[in-house]
Amino acid sequence: MTGHTERQKLVVIGNGMAGMDTVEKLLAIAPDLYDITVFGAEPHGNYNRILLSPLLAGETALADIMLHPLDWYARHGITLHAGRTVTMIDRRNRTVVAADGTSAPYDRVLLATGSQPILLPLPGKDLPGVITYRDIHDVDTMIGAAARHTSAVVIGGGLLGLEAAYGLMKRGMDVSVVHLVGTLMERQLDPVAAAMLRRSLEARGMRFIMPMATQEILGQDRVTGLRFADGSQIAAGLVVMAVGVRPNIGLARKAGLHCERGVVVSDAMQTYDERIYAVGECVQHRSQTYGLVAPLFDQAGVCANHLARRGHISYPGSAVSTRLKVTGVELFSAGTFSPDAASNDIVLEDAERGVYKRIVLRGNRIVGAVLYGDTADGAWYFQHLRAGTDMSQRREELVFGPAFADGGEPAPELAAA
Amino acid sequence: MTAGATRTTCPYCGVGCGISVATAADGAVTVRGDAAHPANFGRLCSKGSALAQTIGLEGRLLTPMVDGKAAGWDAALERIASAFTDTIARHGPDSVAFYVSGQLLTEDYYVINKLAKGFVGTANIDTNSRLCMASSVAGHKRAFGSDTVPGNYEDLERADLLVLAGSNAAWCHPVLYQRMIAAKAANPRLRLVVIDPRRTDSCDGADLHLPLRSGTDAVLFNGLLAHLARSGRANARFVAASTSGAKAALAACADASVKATAQACGLEAASVRQFFDWFAATRKTVTLYSQGINQSTSGTDKVNAIINCHLLTGRIGHPGMGPFSLTGQPNAMGGREVGGLANQLAAHMEIGDPAHRQLVQDFWQSPRMADKAGLKAVEMFEAIGAGRIKAVWIMSTNPVVSLPDAERARKALAACDFVAVSDCMADTDTTRFAHVLLPASAWGEKSGTVTNSERRISRQRAFLPAPGEARPDWQHVCGVAKRMGFVRGFDFTSPAGIFREHAALSGTANNGSRDFDISALSTLADAAYDDLAPVQWPVTATAPHGTARLFSDGRFFTPDRKARLIAVTPRAPLNAPRPQFPFILNTGRVRDHWHTMTRTGKSARLSGHMFEPFVEVHPDDAARLGLTDRALARVATAHGTMIARVAHSADQQRGSLYAPMHWSGAFASAGRVNPLVNAAVDPISGQPESKHTPARIALYQPQWQAFCLSRSDISQPAADWWVRGRAEGHWRYELAGDAAPADWDACARTLMGPAAEGAAWLAYRDPLARRYRFAAIRDGRLEACVFAGPDHGLAPRSWLAGLFAKARLSDDDRAALLAGRPRAAGDDRGPVVCACFGIGRSQIATAISVNGADSVAAIGTLLQAGTSCGSCKPELSRMLKDAWAKTPA
Repeated sequence: MTGHTERQKLVVIGNGMAGMDTVEKLLAIAPDLYDITVFGAEPHGNYNRILLSPLLAGETALADIMLHPLDWYARHGITLHAGRTVTMIDRRNRTVVAADGTSAPYDRVLLATGSQPILLPLPGKDLPGVITYRDIHDVDTMIGAAARHTSAVVIGGGLLGLEAAYGLMKRGMDVSVVHLVGTLMERQLDPVAAAMLRRSLEARGMRFIMPMATQEILGQDRVTGLRFADGSQIAAGLVVMAVGVRPNIGLARKAGLHCERGVVVSDAMQTYDERIYAVGECVQHRSQTYGLVAPLFDQAGVCANHLARRGHISYPGSAVSTRLKVTGVELFSAGTFSPDAASNDIVLEDAERGVYKRIVLRGNRIVGAVLYGDTADGAWYFQHLRAGTDMSQRREELVFGPAFADGGEPAPELAAA
Repeated sequence: MTAGATRTTCPYCGVGCGISVATAADGAVTVRGDAAHPANFGRLCSKGSALAQTIGLEGRLLTPMVDGKAAGWDAALERIASAFTDTIARHGPDSVAFYVSGQLLTEDYYVINKLAKGFVGTANIDTNSRLCMASSVAGHKRAFGSDTVPGNYEDLERADLLVLAGSNAAWCHPVLYQRMIAAKAANPRLRLVVIDPRRTDSCDGADLHLPLRSGTDAVLFNGLLAHLARSGRANARFVAASTSGAKAALAACADASVKATAQACGLEAASVRQFFDWFAATRKTVTLYSQGINQSTSGTDKVNAIINCHLLTGRIGHPGMGPFSLTGQPNAMGGREVGGLANQLAAHMEIGDPAHRQLVQDFWQSPRMADKAGLKAVEMFEAIGAGRIKAVWIMSTNPVVSLPDAERARKALAACDFVAVSDCMADTDTTRFAHVLLPASAWGEKSGTVTNSERRISRQRAFLPAPGEARPDWQHVCGVAKRMGFVRGFDFTSPAGIFREHAALSGTANNGSRDFDISALSTLADAAYDDLAPVQWPVTATAPHGTARLFSDGRFFTPDRKARLIAVTPRAPLNAPRPQFPFILNTGRVRDHWHTMTRTGKSARLSGHMFEPFVEVHPDDAARLGLTDRALARVATAHGTMIARVAHSADQQRGSLYAPMHWSGAFASAGRVNPLVNAAVDPISGQPESKHTPARIALYQPQWQAFCLSRSDISQPAADWWVRGRAEGHWRYELAGDAAPADWDACARTLMGPAAEGAAWLAYRDPLARRYRFAAIRDGRLEACVFAGPDHGLAPRSWLAGLFAKARLSDDDRAALLAGRPRAAGDDRGPVVCACFGIGRSQIATAISVNGADSVAAIGTLLQAGTSCGSCKPELSRMLKDAWAKTPA
């Protein structure tokens, strides 16, 4: 190729973890291939969104969660447009245009627009004091509310909702969690682990109203409370909705790219326009969308490889694992745990010690793991889950982890995703 | 020896070891071998060493019981007296019976025999010694005219050839076996030959093992007799002067060539020749024999076939030679001395001899006297079952476990009008049938004498108070006798008084006509009785310090004073294997248990050696039948069934099975072997053929197997098959079931018993593999655990068992508990820092200090830590800074 001629132009839309991890990996293997321009809607450098909860809880500082401070972009010759939201991809003219009129021509686009929280269409949803939980701004809002108000309600007993609730509690608020079903984190936990989690959080002072549907958000100038489907009410100075996210596909759709729930990409992370790649939570790959960090890193590796014109790896999809970032609560979940005819499970529980482990297998292979209380072996299960290791020879020791099942040997190396 | 220690005698086997017991101020008991006792010179075996663990009050019967309710002594004794009196009045003296034990002291034995034969007037008194010694007794009497063991233990050390026939002395008489091995080390000429169908531990020290075909012992010794004659080893002078019957005996085995003998016994001719040559060439030969000879329908003939060889060669009555019957029980010999068998009278006198009867009756001044032999053990229980015997008093033995065709014994007792049982244990398979239960003093609480295999009378001395209302057996007997109206004759106040009477009887009108004479002891003052040193009978005016050997003068106790060689025509065991029952079932002891485990079962150490009832099978047979090692098997005979753990053993002959006799219904649901044993008995001795019953064996495949370790003692675990046993700080249960429990958690809680109530619950469930494990923990202490699965493997019991010693489980123990084994050593990652990859603090510290990682990225390269979500990167940075801070500049 013509490495010495004019560089190609890569425009990255989205200054988040997926986009920037792709850029970082690209720079590692092809540092001189592109002139890179990054648009980000937030006025920050790229930060670790996973650590927003510790930030909210006051257990870490903003500086500690910054992955790429502003000077990093300068050092790598990257043009950063922070705080500028892209409104149009002009595919005919191969130009990206932001709301403020800033534009950038491209040879390649990397779409990494992420996802946005779902806002329930409840009466009162637009009242001040009703927020979602997605970014540093939301964290700042919550910290501010905690200083002025005493009680908060979090709608949604999933991972993000519980982390928000915990953070608000740490900030001194009385926190109630409203959850539509009877099982916390029902997509990651089985009822036993969920019950242990609930007891543990209740012991810390968190309250739960579940199963319960919210009917209305109350308040005139600002939220004052909630009314539920059964007619009961609760006071709240702050309401956080954490009922899920949906991929940000408005820009892609407007550009005529094929979208379903997310921007549809190939195994090379390419959209229907071969010049436009997409990674992260905005993506729909093999019918899956992802809201967790590990797949995003997998995608970034594949995408960077293709952008570097190597093109010899592809993305097969990711198994996902989750941890709840609540200090003192060890919780790990990976894969599936819903029983079906083809699966079977092994359970270990020691309620007094607060330990629960459940490994789900299908044909001697791990397809799911739920660990509560002792999650040290989570990564080991997850690696075997991803590798599809045949566990038949160590089934008896499996739930006790590698110290027993491997005699302490490290987990196998994983093939590049 | 410890100052203030009590010198007494071990209550187990017939070796009769001396023991020194020290009791500390806090009641802790320490047991040591008595260095001064001539049986053991300070040595003890595993069972004797563990005696201190067996004297706890757990399971003891502490109060008399009448019809299942606690009662006073008067009421209980009165009930027995009236039941016996009424039965005798209505149905005659032979409608009652006494079944007693080689565990009784001589004094106990004396009064019960006196009551039966001289006052009730029946000879229906027999003993569990019938099951082990009767053939020896009969053989002795046929050969010597008396029930005499001629030699002593010292002969084992002075011999140049020891022949162990039908004896696994290494396990059953361990101290004596160790004396033999020590003698062998000291005397390189000393050879040891073991004759046993099985290769036992006794073969380890042997120069030659003859694994003869089961039941062919008489063929072998007949062959030996013929060989001795052929090779000119007959002692013509001795034979002529001191024996009769040699000609007939030799005629009976005239055809027995070495080759024919070898063939009939299933042995290599060269081995047989070797044995014969050694025997022929070695004047100082002792032939020791035990249950392998005795427990046979031709046991008496086998005994005589052995004695014949010693008589033909004149090898008897002198140091280092002689036939030597190893008695099984501590006082089988003492029981024989008082006449405690149905075909004896008293003091080695004959029930069939009118002069003897008159002598004894005069001595006892008794109202009547049994005048014919009574029913021997097996016959006695047949008579009970048939209703001919309507009242029975069982003392200190557990016939429901130990008798052959034991199920019949169980049914007999269940149907009997009146059953009295004297025992120290509350719940045995036999006490369950008692209308009246009398609490007996146990070893350590009672005082008296016992006689061991070498005729040595030793004192058993009390070092503990009798607990509760327990009393020594002689008081039970005297109490009943007095209430039956026999006040005079049973007004003893101490064992010493009984012993004096017993000694006096032995000397009455004896004048050397009877072997058993301890008349020199008949005037022992109480203090002298208390201090009595071990002494070998006869103890007479001319031999006041006892007698080391009998027959040294070539004179025996037959009318013509000559020993008799008996013409023996070998007979095969009564019941031959047949297509339906193609195996031969052999039974016997294990090293660390005694009889029906009522005492050794209290010791964790002893229970650990062989925890379960097992059946040894030759690997070839096992392979053919699909019996994997450690599987469960159902062993069945025409009489009964047991379930036992399969143990592959090439020491076992093909076509043979071996199962231990110890497990009772109290320790295993289906572990009793004696219900399987044919009730075939020797026509002369009445001893059962416990070593040879046709049997079949098949895999028993339960739906699940499990073990439970629990601090609770569950007498009847809720499982289709179970074994229970003592372990350190807990009980161990091996279990199996034929149907999967609907709720394993609930099932496990039930199995654990009270220990699990209110305890924290740990569970492991793998329904597909059918593996379940549970543990109950209270205040950090392990209370119980259950491991269940489709097979026996489950988990090693030993590590889990060790956890019961801990007042509190460590976190590591607790995390590993249901894995059933500790985490591998050295596998300590430390607290997790990188949750994504499970990397611990210790690993990271090692990466920094040992592998030289100097940045977060370097740690990531080495360990992956921090390379996924990145949450741990701040902590990694801190660890790096801390490490640098500690590094000298």
